[in-house]
Amino acid sequence: MEITALLLSRIQFGLTIGFHILFPTLTIGLALLLIAHEGLWLATKRAIYRESCRFWARIFAVNFGMGVVSGVVLSYEIGTNFAAFSEATGNVLGPLFSYEVLTAFFLEAGFLGIMLFGWDRVPRWLHFFSTVMVGIGTLISAFWILAANSWMHTPAGFSMQDGVFFVEDWWAIVFNPSFPYRYAHMICASLLTTAFVAAGVGAWHVLNHKQAEFGRMTLRLAVLTAALLAPLQILLGDLHGLNTLEHQPMKVAAMEGHWNTDTGVPLLLFAIPDQAAETNHFEIGIPEITSLILTHDLDGEVKGLTEVPPEDRPPVAPVFWAFRVMVGIGVLFLLLAWSGVVQLLRGRLYDGAGLNRHLLRGLILASPLGFVAVIAGWLVTEIGRQPWVVYGLMRTADSGSATVTAAEVATSLSLFSIIYSVLLVVFVFVVLRMMRTAVGTGPQPSDNTAAAQGQPA
Amino acid sequence: MTLDLVMAGVIAFGVMMYVLLDGFDLGVGILFPLAGDEAERDRMMNSLAPIWDGNETWLVLGGAVLFGAFPKAFGMLTSAFYLPLMLMLAGLVFRGVAFEYRFKFDDPRWWNRAFFGGSLLAAACQGLVLGAYVQGVGADEQFDWLAPFPAFTAVAVVIAYALLGACWVVLKTDGPQAETMRRRGRRLLLASLACVAIVSLWTPLMSADIATRWFAWPNLAYLAPIPMATALTAWLTWRGLGRNGHDALPLAAGMGLFMLTLLGLAISLWPWIVPRSLTVFDAGAQPESQQFIAVGIALILPVILAYTAHNYWVFRGKVSADSGYH
Repeated sequence: MEITALLLSRIQFGLTIGFHILFPTLTIGLALLLIAHEGLWLATKRAIYRESCRFWARIFAVNFGMGVVSGVVLSYEIGTNFAAFSEATGNVLGPLFSYEVLTAFFLEAGFLGIMLFGWDRVPRWLHFFSTVMVGIGTLISAFWILAANSWMHTPAGFSMQDGVFFVEDWWAIVFNPSFPYRYAHMICASLLTTAFVAAGVGAWHVLNHKQAEFGRMTLRLAVLTAALLAPLQILLGDLHGLNTLEHQPMKVAAMEGHWNTDTGVPLLLFAIPDQAAETNHFEIGIPEITSLILTHDLDGEVKGLTEVPPEDRPPVAPVFWAFRVMVGIGVLFLLLAWSGVVQLLRGRLYDGAGLNRHLLRGLILASPLGFVAVIAGWLVTEIGRQPWVVYGLMRTADSGSATVTAAEVATSLSLFSIIYSVLLVVFVFVVLRMMRTAVGTGPQPSDNTAAAQGQPA
Repeated sequence: MTLDLVMAGVIAFGVMMYVLLDGFDLGVGILFPLAGDEAERDRMMNSLAPIWDGNETWLVLGGAVLFGAFPKAFGMLTSAFYLPLMLMLAGLVFRGVAFEYRFKFDDPRWWNRAFFGGSLLAAACQGLVLGAYVQGVGADEQFDWLAPFPAFTAVAVVIAYALLGACWVVLKTDGPQAETMRRRGRRLLLASLACVAIVSLWTPLMSADIATRWFAWPNLAYLAPIPMATALTAWLTWRGLGRNGHDALPLAAGMGLFMLTLLGLAISLWPWIVPRSLTVFDAGAQPESQQFIAVGIALILPVILAYTAHNYWVFRGKVSADSGYH
């Protein structure tokens, strides 16, 4: 493959957006966790909830900051590296991004300061209101950005002249066919990822600070949340997949490693897809299950990749494998969460001699896997959409900036690779240290004392 | 046509808000190494902690509205300024994370450097982009940002942001730290005025259009209030920065000085959105897109301004070293 400015731009965009998505994923979940715990604190006045808010708000602050700085980069990269794309889609996507800034970014920024540093400066209700506003801001932000992304997958409500997209119907553009599924799937992914982060933190505290109520409370809440969300996420994923089958059948064919249109298609557990030979090596599959999943009929017909010419097919191997990683983690999450509930009901999740240490260690090890699943899921949907940037209408090959050279992109790509690697290491180091901080359960501190000590909580 | 004007006005407003707010924000970063000790640096950083994110959001608003209202200009400008913009973004990343990490490590020195270096890099790159933008570009050409004029504007923007930063520190601190900043602020004010004067002479010499716009009759008479008001705000800033001067006046007058300078640039460049290549009337998105954005701006921007003002109000007053992050 020739090293072009476009190829490097795509690598750079993938790297910078893949880095960015880690942080909003946790931001959305933590914002809702903070709303819940602050609300519980106001309602019950139990110190443990106030302590929990303080604990998670510190992590939220660092995570949010990383999300902001990495997000600003993305908003400009669409122009710097993909000028042709931004000129073609500006009518449609530009207003969506503008609304994201107006309705979400300013809202988050306008109330984040009070949420983190304002405990002793505003009444309690106003502080809670600020936390709620930040949480709503994260959900609105995801709304607009996923509407824009979904439109690129399932464009609707537009007309085209000379390669430029023109708006016909805003409602159809925002609520395009894949948007509701993608939004629900991503928000659920965010909450589930956060639930497993919290479960890991709770499990660690139960194992290491046995007297502390914080670990037990966090673990119990996280396991119950995860037990509800894990099956919900599988259901939402299935619905999203069926929607994809309708609008982007070649993506689904790549996910299943399915080359030739056929009935009674097996579910492949393992295979090495071969793009050139249009086949798989070393297939291991369960007969007829893919047909069952996709058509709800053991004998259902599923379209294969050879339905379209080779230049219109996505790269199969990365989509096939990323999909298996995502689904594998989803199934593991389901097993872990339900095991947790069983142990909870038996009174052995965090109590006494029968404490199930294996499960707790498993939860700690599994706590970062949600992020892996999110990245894998985005790889499936974005690589699976290739070779199109706007599905079926504009090729990724035609989206670049004519005046930007490969050398320039190589420079910025190296720069961001180094910066982001360093920042990721620092972030993990700092956050792990914060997560290990013991949370006291002493007498309830007045919030004035806490704030006077300068705690962002 | 009217919509093009409205959208150009919105973008100009966004750029102005960004320059005024992130201007003092970045300026504080530029002045960071000059602080006497870590306690002074703590105060400088804590004074920004609750507001820097909102300040930077204006940059994203400017970019997003440019994308939505003038897609051609957005693609042309951002790709033409590729490296300075990428370096600016990298600088903003460094200084942004420094807010979070500086108080998390026993030794803050690396994050001090990141905060200073990132602020300086972002400010200098914005100056480079400004200079190259004013110089103008032909269609499908790279902007010539490695040239004497952009190099000069890079230095000028760093100095001018540092001036705003000094005015902010005067407002938010007291005692020796504020007094030192007053003296520094006066020096920075003189340097900023020298930069404004040089740019005001350089641009008409560089471009006959700009010379005609300002010096042809009757424009000369209509535009005369601008340099006069500039002189007045400069004098007010100078007075405010004096020993026992006012706390808020320097920042207010300094921002006034910035607004006049931006107005001057806008007058020089009108009606170009990509100078010498695309006017605001040639670059517009379809009216439906501009209308949709205009409705959002009209309904939401007043609310944004209200709660942003409220946020500043909640965190008004002098900062102590131990409020904010830790």
